[in-house]
Amino acid sequence: MKTYDLIIIGAGPAGITASVYAARKKLDVLVISLDVGGQAAWSGDIENYTGYQFITGPELAQKFQEHMLKYGTLLKENEEVLELSQAGQLIRLKTNKGDYQARSVIIASGKKSRELNVAGEKEFKNRGLTYCATCDGPLFAGKDVAIIGGGNSALDAALGLIKIARHIYIINHSLGLSGDAIMIRKVQEAANVTILNNFSVTEVLGDKFVKSIKIKSANQEKELAVQGVFVEIGLIPNSVFAQGVKKNSENEIIIDAHNQTNIAGIFAAGDVTDVPQKQIIIAAGEGSKAVLSAFHYLSQKDFN
Amino acid sequence: MSKSVKVYGTSTCPWCVRAKQFLKENNIEFENLDVSGDQLAADEMMAKTGQMGVPVIDIDGEIIVGFDKEKIKIALGL
Repeated sequence: MKTYDLIIIGAGPAGITASVYAARKKLDVLVISLDVGGQAAWSGDIENYTGYQFITGPELAQKFQEHMLKYGTLLKENEEVLELSQAGQLIRLKTNKGDYQARSVIIASGKKSRELNVAGEKEFKNRGLTYCATCDGPLFAGKDVAIIGGGNSALDAALGLIKIARHIYIINHSLGLSGDAIMIRKVQEAANVTILNNFSVTEVLGDKFVKSIKIKSANQEKELAVQGVFVEIGLIPNSVFAQGVKKNSENEIIIDAHNQTNIAGIFAAGDVTDVPQKQIIIAAGEGSKAVLSAFHYLSQKDFN
Repeated sequence: MSKSVKVYGTSTCPWCVRAKQFLKENNIEFENLDVSGDQLAADEMMAKTGQMGVPVIDIDGEIIVGFDKEKIKIALGL
């Protein structure tokens, strides 16, 4: 089996930036990822990535990809890492398509949408229930929809849907909305939005497509007729495969200031880690930092 | 003879953009249907697939939901 200097898991802002730095350090590098662009590709408008006063998520993801591929970097797309283990000084990876080994690894696998875990959720996924308001929102023109959640991503979904959907219910399990004040005000001022605080979803119902949801508060239960359900209740790290790597209570990988995990040779970067603040530009910076640390590690160790 | 290819998608969905880009890179001609502005296309897509996720790629009647590069390659004989 071929031994790479470095395998980067994930091709979001952290993984792609890492790949660019790795290529420039002339490391023998492989990138393995389910997708390219990560969460950045799903973002709407981005106005805080230095150098771009305004760019959309898909456009920025495209620029990232072009930058990575400019160096001829080997990319395995649509491939998911299932297991990670140590074999002497090397790190072994098992994916849904094959086995790999490397002298060092950077985990930059990001985060994914948290699921509701209620009856009907799996059944109606893509049949009215979606985790990507940016992608699927336009399909709900003139329809009644529910957004589940009360933070910035829920508000972002609401602002996108106000002009598209007929009526929007925001189902928020806490006392009040918790996003940015400007966004909250815009949502509250919209004529076609009903905010239901202190309510949670208990079931998604329908036949071929979603027809309603059941919601409940401390003292009442009701059914809302909706054709669309947008789940926006936060994110969880893609860290399950990283057995043996220390994580915090949120399952984020614990790293030190040099992106080193508790296992020698395994580094991590971006949203999958416990780095404070999850931002595209922070993930990108962390990706470069992780490679420089990995490079230092490789040059100090005596590998055969 | 070249195959008839239709892509059902929205302008905002990143996988739709990538699917169309992939087809262009491989010099495959396709019909682009924006289901956000075209209710008929949206109904057609839902009837074909029984679901609302985009993109949907129709290659000579073979329906692929999502940007599944491998399946698309096989369907196109690439």
